[in-house]
Amino acid sequence: MTYSELALCAVALVSAFDVVVARTRLLTRRAFWTAYAIMLGFQLIVNGVLTGIPVVRYAPSTISGVRVVYAPIEDLLFGFALILLTLSTWVWLGRTRPRAPSMR
Amino acid sequence: MLLYLGVLVACLIGTAPLELCLHVGVYRQWRRLLATLAPVVVIFGAWELYAIHRGQWRYVRRWLIGVRLPGDLPIEELIFLVVIPICAVLTLEAVRRRRPDWAIGDEE
Repeated sequence: MTYSELALCAVALVSAFDVVVARTRLLTRRAFWTAYAIMLGFQLIVNGVLTGIPVVRYAPSTISGVRVVYAPIEDLLFGFALILLTLSTWVWLGRTRPRAPSMR
Repeated sequence: MLLYLGVLVACLIGTAPLELCLHVGVYRQWRRLLATLAPVVVIFGAWELYAIHRGQWRYVRRWLIGVRLPGDLPIEELIFLVVIPICAVLTLEAVRRRRPDWAIGDEE
């Protein structure tokens, strides 16, 4: 699979994890999108440095060719999936502390 | 060269005030943090190994410290997969601190 295909799959799978598996539903929460917007701003700076210098190079055949601040747009999808899986897992683990039985 | 490692260290230093000044308590919940990082590192580490194996991306040697893990994974990439998720959790918890009325989903 190309980086483009993998990145799209990752966003879909992690979104399904958030909504269906962990049921943290961060995708519906203002706090998540606010945190993501802050992270995105810093990602554009940090990833711009890493891909602008460049520290990392991409095979042209594996990406769409669309770039945002030097980085292939696929990096934004990678970052989104990384952040959503992390935060969904964090919230999920935070709610599985001992408490009254909930519906399964 | 220390460039890539330096960028990652800068991310940790840059977010440290969230723990030290805003008292988000993320590092204090280190067990929950480790349990969060484990699956993320495994899943995205596998993605990195696949991409490197397939030649989808590669790293310019002069900007790395030169330590390679199995699968030719630069150690910076493993550190990246630890540092960026930590920054993400710190950011979410900082938003919670500033906006306590915005539910995140793990409230009692």
